[in-house]
Amino acid sequence: MPSEVLSDAPAAITTPTRSTAPARHLIEVVGVEKIFGDVATGHRALEAINVLIEEKEFFTLLGPSGCGKTTLLRMIAGFEHPTTGEIRLQGRDVASLPPRERPVNMVFQNYALFPHLTVSQNVAFGLEMLRWKKPDITARVQETLSLVKLSHFANRKPAQLSGGQQQRVALARALAPRPQVLLLDEPLSALDLKLRKEMQFELKRLQRETGITFILVTHDQEEALAMSDRIAVMNTGRVQQIGTPEEIYDHPTNRFVADFIGEANLIPGESLGRRSDAVIAIRPERIEIAGPGVTPRITGVVDNATFLGSDTLMEIIVPGIRLRARIRGAAKLPQGKEVGLVWETEAERELLD
Amino acid sequence: MLNKRSAYWLILPAVLVIGIFGAIPLLISLVYSFMSANPYGGVQAPMTFGAYVQMLYDQDFDGSLIFMPDYFWIAFRSLYLALATTILSLLVGFPVAWYIVCQSPTRRKILLTLVSLPFWINTLIRTYCWILILRDEGLANKLFGWLGFISHPLPLLYNQGSVLLGLVYTFLPFMVLPIYATLERLDPRLIEASYDLYANRYQLFRRVIWPLTKPGIAAGTVLVFAPALGSFLQPDLLGGGKQLLIGSLIEMQFTSSRNWPFGAALSMLVTFAVILSLAWQRWRSKRAARAQAA
Ligand SMILES: Nc1ncnc2c1ncn2[C@@H]1O[C@H](COP(=O)(O)OP(=O)(O)OP(=O)(O)O)[C@@H](O)[C@H]1O
Ligand SMILES: [Mg+2]
Repeated sequence: MPSEVLSDAPAAITTPTRSTAPARHLIEVVGVEKIFGDVATGHRALEAINVLIEEKEFFTLLGPSGCGKTTLLRMIAGFEHPTTGEIRLQGRDVASLPPRERPVNMVFQNYALFPHLTVSQNVAFGLEMLRWKKPDITARVQETLSLVKLSHFANRKPAQLSGGQQQRVALARALAPRPQVLLLDEPLSALDLKLRKEMQFELKRLQRETGITFILVTHDQEEALAMSDRIAVMNTGRVQQIGTPEEIYDHPTNRFVADFIGEANLIPGESLGRRSDAVIAIRPERIEIAGPGVTPRITGVVDNATFLGSDTLMEIIVPGIRLRARIRGAAKLPQGKEVGLVWETEAERELLD
Repeated sequence: MLNKRSAYWLILPAVLVIGIFGAIPLLISLVYSFMSANPYGGVQAPMTFGAYVQMLYDQDFDGSLIFMPDYFWIAFRSLYLALATTILSLLVGFPVAWYIVCQSPTRRKILLTLVSLPFWINTLIRTYCWILILRDEGLANKLFGWLGFISHPLPLLYNQGSVLLGLVYTFLPFMVLPIYATLERLDPRLIEASYDLYANRYQLFRRVIWPLTKPGIAAGTVLVFAPALGSFLQPDLLGGGKQLLIGSLIEMQFTSSRNWPFGAALSMLVTFAVILSLAWQRWRSKRAARAQAA
């Protein structure tokens, strides 16, 4: 074996040594901007990104297609480099570290399993590259395969597996070296709805059992709300808001977040007697029909009502806007009937942009 | 729905092509190799093993056979040159194919056209051009002299090196194109996944790229090895006829020597060597498949 090959192989996943200031966050993305191509004329995929991610956190990057989620994830993995700004891992700038020297593993969007290797060979790949001993590899592969419930498929090739099973192999392969951070790029997008729900649960369990920090990329807001400890909502290359699912849902800080997460009625400020440059966001489930003797906040005309089983989705036309309201139970209101609407003041969110 | 009879009719064209251009000529060669030479060209009765005996033995005036290894060495040298051509083509062709795959789609098209451009010019002419480059007062020697590297022209032509150069030059595209085809289908994310899983460049090549491009390498190997083994143009022109190879020897039997059976027997030898190498490859890939299934 040529000595140069040996010398540049790490003996184990190297933990970046801490710099003088103690790191408070596992990952710090500081002032990152990414321009593809020429700096002057190229496409700006990300700008002014600041994200702090804690140890053992389930963190999600959520946003519509093309907003730069994958680009940010690939920068943490080491496949792209920031045009300006810094990415720190445990307080250490990792700009100069290639992917193979980062204690970070990735689950690729379409899995990218090695087609010529069996399931267990795929899972063993990272460990072999790290030059683990044979018995240790065997033990870790078995352990990881049972973690993702694939022990019976150890000797199959990826082509002989279903999409869901391939997904688990990709997870096992990335988890086997026990990285500090696991990056997942839309891991569930190729699965059908039922399987996706199952896998959401599985991912949560894996994260709990391994204690590894997960960074998930998705454009599915339900998925993000269901799984994450914290979410960064992104749009057009910028982070719009970072917070827990509850914070993001109940306290959106701008129009984009209010509209993108769940459903929101955006009412111009002046209709409610508020600042004219503001927009008031109200979730449909917070709106109720005003009973007799209650002063409505706003009145409108019923356009249609759809009974959804546990509640009724109503569309109400108020001058200038169409409001959506989710009323508990069956609300039997004919089209064209005038109704008054009420909600608690704390359900209103005043948004300035 | 097709019934069985019409299905047979449909494969008839393929059978005809393989038969007329493949099997029948081979069969004729096989039969000729067991006949006697007609001194005016062609073959005549009786049937004999003479042509095969002639490969290793010379017949003395009194009819006794003397062992004569000349032809054996020619066959050996041909085999060795064909192998060297294949290995050199692989060593040069793989990086070339890799380089092309890494380019933008438009540049790929241009580079691929350049690789296949020589096909449009007659091999004879292209080989003569090498003479113009390599001879004592040729381009290469003039350039070296002008740069002050040499005072006397280097003997670049008429040796094994120039033959090898000519063979590699001629057959290199047959190595580059199939390897390019497999590399192009390689998912770039597999390379990223390897790096992500701590592979270095050597491990990436050894564990991922090599196994996944093996089919292209195998195809290129056969496409270079088989014609290199039977080549006569390059050894004749660039070797100056000093380095007799099996291809030239066969050609001579059908022209100046007028010994068709011997030429046919030698052809059978080459064919046999090629079939053997194909069978070996098949056996190896089957064994690899079995090893992976186990
Ligand atoms: N290698 C590249 N060269 C040039 N532009 C790129 C490159 N990669 C991404 N982009 C551009 O950067 C922007 C962000 O891309 P990115 O892949 O990060 O989006 P995304 O949020 O992951 O979208 P999706 O949900 O569709 O996967 C897009 O406009 C894309 O066209
Ligand atoms: Mg993406």
